[in-house]
Amino acid sequence: MPMTQEEVFNKVKEVLTTALAVDEEEVKPTAKLSEDLGAESIDYLDITFQLEKAFSIKIPKGELLPENLFTNPEFVLNGKVTPKGIAELKSRMPYADLSTFETDPDVNKFRDVFTVDTLVKYVMTKVNV
Amino acid sequence: MRWIWIDKFEKFEPGVGAVAIKNVSLAEEHLHDHFPGFPVMPASLIIEGMAQTAGILVGAARNFQEKVILAKISRATFVRLVRPGEQLVYAAKITNVNETGAAIEGTVTVRTTVGGQPAEVPVGTIEMMFSHIDQNMAGLKFPEFNFVFNSQFMELFETYRRELQVTLPA
Repeated sequence: MPMTQEEVFNKVKEVLTTALAVDEEEVKPTAKLSEDLGAESIDYLDITFQLEKAFSIKIPKGELLPENLFTNPEFVLNGKVTPKGIAELKSRMPYADLSTFETDPDVNKFRDVFTVDTLVKYVMTKVNV
Repeated sequence: MRWIWIDKFEKFEPGVGAVAIKNVSLAEEHLHDHFPGFPVMPASLIIEGMAQTAGILVGAARNFQEKVILAKISRATFVRLVRPGEQLVYAAKITNVNETGAAIEGTVTVRTTVGGQPAEVPVGTIEMMFSHIDQNMAGLKFPEFNFVFNSQFMELFETYRRELQVTLPA
């Protein structure tokens, strides 16, 4: 039986409260992992491992975090993601809402794309196949 | 003084798990300051011992090619003090490892005597994460020279290895 978004959210919430040592109430769908929940780079690996375990899924490198994209000069120019880069991000991250990022595609702001909801939507694409 | 907080490996299975021991002795300076008249092994150094056990384990999984750095202590719980004359046992298990790093579950016990009889009793559990720092998300560059597993470390590892029946991955 496919998992509902609510079921996925509750499990993601559990993962985030453990991985980031935050209170359950803080884990709102709109909360940004880095800015609001204090996630640092190693936490993304921790979250990846814990999501894999919680949902029995496999998250290949570069799938949830398309990091290698940012070292490609075709996709990033002067610290900004190029239109080509945005198109690439959209095709690789169909589950993410990139509308805010598009208005100011500063590489350093890319982390803001990762909200709790982004994770939930990503997991939804993995569990209900 | 060398910053080495494990004496010997008892088990070593690259990519899977390792068990190391550390003898706690009053010959060690730090016990006299922590605390005067009541020497106990500092919990921070128990974590260091686990980090060294696990760090070498994680390093061996990739034949010491990666620079393995302790990046996160997810959880550390202690239920008992460790005193001079006791032997710490660090059992580290890799729960997950990929290109970017590894997660470890560690169990700490101590070999001691209880009522005059040898016994091994629980001390605590430690969960930690290691990063392969050359594979970091920001694309930061580090010196090519492996400053974690340098020649001094590899010499030490040879000492450990004499005690071990271990084959490293090619």
